[in-house]
Amino acid sequence: MEQLLELSYALDTFYFLMTGALVMWMAAGFAMLEAGLVRSKNTAEILTKNIALFAVACIMYMLIGYGIMYPGDAAVNSWWPGLHGILGTTDHEVAAVIAGGEGAPYYSTLSDFFFQMVFVATAMSVVSGAIAERMKLWAFMVFAVVMTGFIYPMEGYWKWGGGFLNVMDFKDFAGSGVVHLCGASAALAGVLLLGARKGKYGPNGEIHPIPGANLPLATLGTFILWLGWFGFNGGSELKISNVTEANAVAMVFVNTNMAAAGGLVAAATVARLLFGKTDLTMVLNGALAGLVAITAEPLTGSPLLSTIIGAIGGVLVVFSILGLDKLKIDDPVGAISVHGVVGMWGLIAVAWSNPEASLKVQLIGLGTIFAWVFVTSFVTWFIIKMVIGIRVSPEEEYEGVDLGECGVEAYPEFTGNRGSGI
Amino acid sequence: MKLVTAIIKPFKLDDVREALSEIGVQGVTVTEVKGFGRQKGHTELYRGAEYVVDFLPKVKLEVAINDDLTERVIEAISKAANTGKIGDGKIFVYTLDQAIRIRTGETGPEAL
Repeated sequence: MEQLLELSYALDTFYFLMTGALVMWMAAGFAMLEAGLVRSKNTAEILTKNIALFAVACIMYMLIGYGIMYPGDAAVNSWWPGLHGILGTTDHEVAAVIAGGEGAPYYSTLSDFFFQMVFVATAMSVVSGAIAERMKLWAFMVFAVVMTGFIYPMEGYWKWGGGFLNVMDFKDFAGSGVVHLCGASAALAGVLLLGARKGKYGPNGEIHPIPGANLPLATLGTFILWLGWFGFNGGSELKISNVTEANAVAMVFVNTNMAAAGGLVAAATVARLLFGKTDLTMVLNGALAGLVAITAEPLTGSPLLSTIIGAIGGVLVVFSILGLDKLKIDDPVGAISVHGVVGMWGLIAVAWSNPEASLKVQLIGLGTIFAWVFVTSFVTWFIIKMVIGIRVSPEEEYEGVDLGECGVEAYPEFTGNRGSGI
Repeated sequence: MKLVTAIIKPFKLDDVREALSEIGVQGVTVTEVKGFGRQKGHTELYRGAEYVVDFLPKVKLEVAINDDLTERVIEAISKAANTGKIGDGKIFVYTLDQAIRIRTGETGPEAL
């Protein structure tokens, strides 16, 4: 029996770590998706943002984020978790694990940290796409510090750390709200202060599309995100080592996949009917919308219901992208629509797919997350804007932020015998 | 000597190349170019918004030839590149002052 308990602890820890690694890989998905949907002159900079934000998120979460989000019994109250210092090396004793019973630990503390850490990075990745092609690199990095060290862990505590949203029985399985709506709210605040890319909107309200440079990369990025989402939602079941849990994990995998399929088909259909053409970028956004929509509750619904919830997300995302353009909110990759608008839909849909959920509580959770993240992000962006500025010069924007911010080109076409120049 | 420059529809390049080979043209330089003429641009769609592409992709051929081939080259290109639809392109003929083959140093018609 003791050996079985140890084995099950090892299995659940292993499951946690591997699904965490899958979620880490979503950072690559975001990087490819965003690199594909910006112009080639801004490719190196968006890649720098994507990989650097991941590193910043990891460090900030180790230093203070994890302590804020999961204070355990040390929480001050259900609103304010208090500050609890740097992640240490303590993990569970063998004796505590093999004692078994209700409260016995069934996975390693550090595997929990690892799994939660990659979620913070995902929330921050959502931001980078929306502000692409015009924001200063280091203004973005400063924001990443505040977002991953404080803004995200606070609302994360309210739900997953045992705070007041959790007490109210607000339901958000893997983070349609806590992760995706959070990232999109921060992105919206940033975009409002930043303004649209030069040339995107004409003086008489006309919209000038700025096509992405590399749709193969954007498609690869979407596939990577789709794959990573099995870790995102599947891992959020937190346990796999008995029949009930294993079945639940399988259910989550299937529902997550079906929602993506539903979202994709719906968005492709809507695009074809609305525009007369099947715009690939809308198709990709549709798959991601399906994934975001099901993230709040991938367990209790049937595969068919999950497909429908994803499909509604896919319809919503197309209209949201068109609507934001009408409002002159310039989001090059559609992040605010995919993660924000559809994130909200995901939270609401829980009231449909999970009989134990209450629509009222879902709306309170939705409003709380949006208000908290939007206001704190707006203040943070505003302070950064006042101190160092958030937007590159018009000349740099024209030349491309690759040269202006990073000093490199993603695709240096002309090289002579000396290796550079011409 | 003459330099014949032709702007043609890209999908006609192979036909034109064959037609020129048949009448004994020894070499052609090809460039992908963009521009507009009477055909003007066309509209495309991205994320639900239409936009106009003002410059259409074309292929530019440059053929350096001896004077006696000029009429036959013009005829070959005109025939091979013709679709009868707008946007078939144009042919320009220039006088060529000198030609030199870099490898051997030959000059004039010998170098073509």
